[in-house]
Amino acid sequence: MPGEIVMKWFIGGDLLRFLPEIVLTLAGTLLMLLDPVLGSRRPAAFGHLTIAALTAGIAGAVVAYWNGGLAFGGMLRVDAFATFFRILVLGAGILTVLPSYSFLKRQQAESGEFHALLLFSIAGQCMMVAANDLIVIFIGLEISSIASYVLAGYLRDDKRSNESALKYFLLGSFATAFFLYGVAVVYGCTGTINLSTVHALLAVGGSSEAALLGAAAGLMFVGLGFKVSAAPFQLWAPDVYQGAPTPVSAFLSAGPKAAAFAIFLRIFMTAFAPLGNAWEPLVWLSALASMTIGNFAALRQTNLKRMLGYSSIAHAGYVMVALTARSDTGIAAAMFYLAAYAFMNIGAFAVVSHISGRGETRQSIDDLAGLGQTQPLTAAMLGIFLLSLIGVPLTGGFFGKFYIFKAALESHLVWLTVLGLLNSAVAAYYYLRLLVAMYFRDPAAGAPEVEPLTPAFRAALILPAAGTLLLGIFPSFVLDFAARSAALLK
Amino acid sequence: MSPNLLPVLFIPLAGFFFALFLPRRSPEASRRFALAVSLVAFVVSLGLLMQFDRNAGGEQFVLDAPWIASPRIHFAISVNGVSLWLVLLSTLLTPICVLISWRSIRSRAKEFYAFLLLLEFGLIGVFLAQDLFLFYVFWEVSLVPMYFLIGIWGHDRRIYAAVKFFLYTMAGSVLMLAAIIYLYNKAHTFSYAAILNQLSAGELRLDSQEQMLLFLGFFVAFAIKVPLFPLHTWLPDAHVEAPVAGSVMLASVMLKMGTYGILHFCLPLFPNAARQCAGWISTLAIIGIIYGALVAMVQPNMKKLVAYSSVSHLGFVVLGIFSFTQQGLDGAVYQMLNHGISTGALFVFVGLLYERRHSLEIADYGGVATAAPWLSTAFLVTALASIGLPTLNNFVGEFLVLQGTAIAHFSFAVWASLGVILSACYMLWLYQRVFYGVAVEEVRSHVTDLRTREWAAVVPLLVLMVWMGVYSLSFLPPVSRVTAQVLAQSEVNVPYRVAVPARAEVSRAR
Repeated sequence: MPGEIVMKWFIGGDLLRFLPEIVLTLAGTLLMLLDPVLGSRRPAAFGHLTIAALTAGIAGAVVAYWNGGLAFGGMLRVDAFATFFRILVLGAGILTVLPSYSFLKRQQAESGEFHALLLFSIAGQCMMVAANDLIVIFIGLEISSIASYVLAGYLRDDKRSNESALKYFLLGSFATAFFLYGVAVVYGCTGTINLSTVHALLAVGGSSEAALLGAAAGLMFVGLGFKVSAAPFQLWAPDVYQGAPTPVSAFLSAGPKAAAFAIFLRIFMTAFAPLGNAWEPLVWLSALASMTIGNFAALRQTNLKRMLGYSSIAHAGYVMVALTARSDTGIAAAMFYLAAYAFMNIGAFAVVSHISGRGETRQSIDDLAGLGQTQPLTAAMLGIFLLSLIGVPLTGGFFGKFYIFKAALESHLVWLTVLGLLNSAVAAYYYLRLLVAMYFRDPAAGAPEVEPLTPAFRAALILPAAGTLLLGIFPSFVLDFAARSAALLK
Repeated sequence: MSPNLLPVLFIPLAGFFFALFLPRRSPEASRRFALAVSLVAFVVSLGLLMQFDRNAGGEQFVLDAPWIASPRIHFAISVNGVSLWLVLLSTLLTPICVLISWRSIRSRAKEFYAFLLLLEFGLIGVFLAQDLFLFYVFWEVSLVPMYFLIGIWGHDRRIYAAVKFFLYTMAGSVLMLAAIIYLYNKAHTFSYAAILNQLSAGELRLDSQEQMLLFLGFFVAFAIKVPLFPLHTWLPDAHVEAPVAGSVMLASVMLKMGTYGILHFCLPLFPNAARQCAGWISTLAIIGIIYGALVAMVQPNMKKLVAYSSVSHLGFVVLGIFSFTQQGLDGAVYQMLNHGISTGALFVFVGLLYERRHSLEIADYGGVATAAPWLSTAFLVTALASIGLPTLNNFVGEFLVLQGTAIAHFSFAVWASLGVILSACYMLWLYQRVFYGVAVEEVRSHVTDLRTREWAAVVPLLVLMVWMGVYSLSFLPPVSRVTAQVLAQSEVNVPYRVAVPARAEVSRAR
């Protein structure tokens, strides 16, 4: 019997639609097996294999898209939206692996385990973003999260890394529990866990359980709000980002966050869309609070990773503005922004991992002093990432912000737009501090020399910078795809 | 070959990219390269002037290419009789800035000249853009190189000044961005011309509250840039801390972004709001004129003195624009160009003195006239031009502005003319303290007269001061065509909203 089902999936193309997850899981398992064999002899091979697997995963996502549709009895839904996010998290994975070569070497922590965990985490995210069913979402979320918890504590001799992992795990499992509770309530009320069915039930209206379903939506909002580090569930972000190994922080701020936003969009824009008027004020408040808390707290930080942690809360706030708009433009804007954010933020974290040195001791803004003179390329690339994070035109960050606030104004969210834009002017201040340190100060006397650039690290800088500029100057390519998939989502 | 604006815009940008790949070790190569590029751009812009049809109004050399499909954003550029002069001002001052930075910029020369060229690109783009989104892009792009110019090559408090400059401008411009997006959502286009057409055809209607908020969104961004009192506090810091070339570009061209923006966007797009606000904006402008002049008078620092005199002079420009008369608008535009030339020249001279004596304090000088007679004479001409002596350029502009203001509101003109008198006080007093008297030892031994390279930088400005002062017909007619159009546009859709203020009727009758 099971053989027959597999045959049916094979013929029906269900397996093709699941290709990225299959590739990543196989590659991850292979890396675990290879760990004792390759071990200390050729540690760089793990990185190469991971990049190959992620590239194959992107190819798999494209193949899956060509054969798009429902899979496994409607549990998975491979559409343009899912493909966009699959490629996004896979790309974020590649951008994470590139700087981790030199990072792992410097921390003397090279092993296949790191890469395998990364692949598993990304596999979970790929599954989340294509899920059409609350249980599949939950499974994907757990696969992604558990691998991420371990990754945050990957440097097991480092106290901060341990603390980071513990905090992330404890708060994260609470959040997932909230989410699961919400799923249970939905099932209890409607007897289904399929998003399309929930939507159909709610759209008809008059459901006696509307209030209970609203509570379920609230519970899911708590769980997902935690995953995307939106206020008031943002407290963990600075601690975790500061303590985790820097490439992992980069990854956490891009991959899992994008995937969590993807399911946020799917659940709230499809299943719970009929309850929109009820949850909109909540998201409105959360958006404003995230932007304000993130930006104002970041003003006072001196530790680079902590500052980027707070800034990631603020950026989550911008994406929440797009969600508040509750429109196709809003969805597309959120998607575009997450792509731009992945480029610029991973790039910025990569530079931090580069300068922070052995044992990650050099992480303060002062450690950037004079980088413009000692390492012009690194400084210039960080300059591009920072200008993009500020939102200066011709960068992806600007266009993303522009598009988000355009969506918000279309939905008549004038106050949120004005406050959000003023927030981004406040944010300019703390990003400028890094530019000031790099370019306007001279290198501190006696500061250890910054390591020379390796080819992999050069790619880790130039690729995201090129992506940032490309999204800023020719956004149409990504934007049109995002807009198309947003229109098909509902 | 039909005239094309792309070369003048993209030569500086190409220069920026090439400059980045010049050898770090040879500052000489960077200087020569930047000079060559900026001169080529200048020659190309002169070519535009030759081909420009002075008798036709409206936008010329229109280029419109789709850039981003959705939302529909076009790469639309063109020039009119006002923006052409501002483009020329930018292309003229960039080589001058290269020349005067020749010796003063020693460290990281390559990056300096690269940023200078990027700045030129941004400034020219601001004056050419005819798509609101594109305008915003250039507006912000010009901010970045100036930030670095001040922050890297400035004086002691450069970091504070650079950050303040960036944040002030950013805070203003995000509101402008909100206004631009709002306008797009209403009009479904970023095209300036299309929005104007919709307005005059009555297809796009903004109620008076909408119009007022949008006007303020744009106006605050421009007013910060101008700067209009009380938003001017970033300016003295930025000017004093910037390197000479930065001060020159900032005063001569960058401040004009604000006044150009008011003229080009605020008046035609939101005529009613502009007219409603004219009273208090003119009042602020007059406060700026008098306050700037008074504060300039007590400055012990030459650069700060010139910076505050800018606040005063730009007040005239704003006053002229909000008089809503032909003379006032003409005078305002003329004054924009005049200020670019004479204040630019003042900063050049202050920079030359600093290069010699390494001080900006007026008290450290005295008797420069005996040590450097030619430098002193050239400075005197510039100072007199700045005061508004007849036969020199500022006189024409200030006269027109005051005339226009007097037509609209006589008492405003009376108050504003106080500023003219005060400018004579602070300028002549400055001249007296720096150039007359007995030369102290440091001045005698260090302050040498103008060198050939410095002459080359200064002469074009002096020639223009006299030319613009005695024969304004070479410059004004194309300006008047545009300002007449702006004036007409600023009345065209009045009937759709509130009643026309009585004053506008008076000025139209004339």
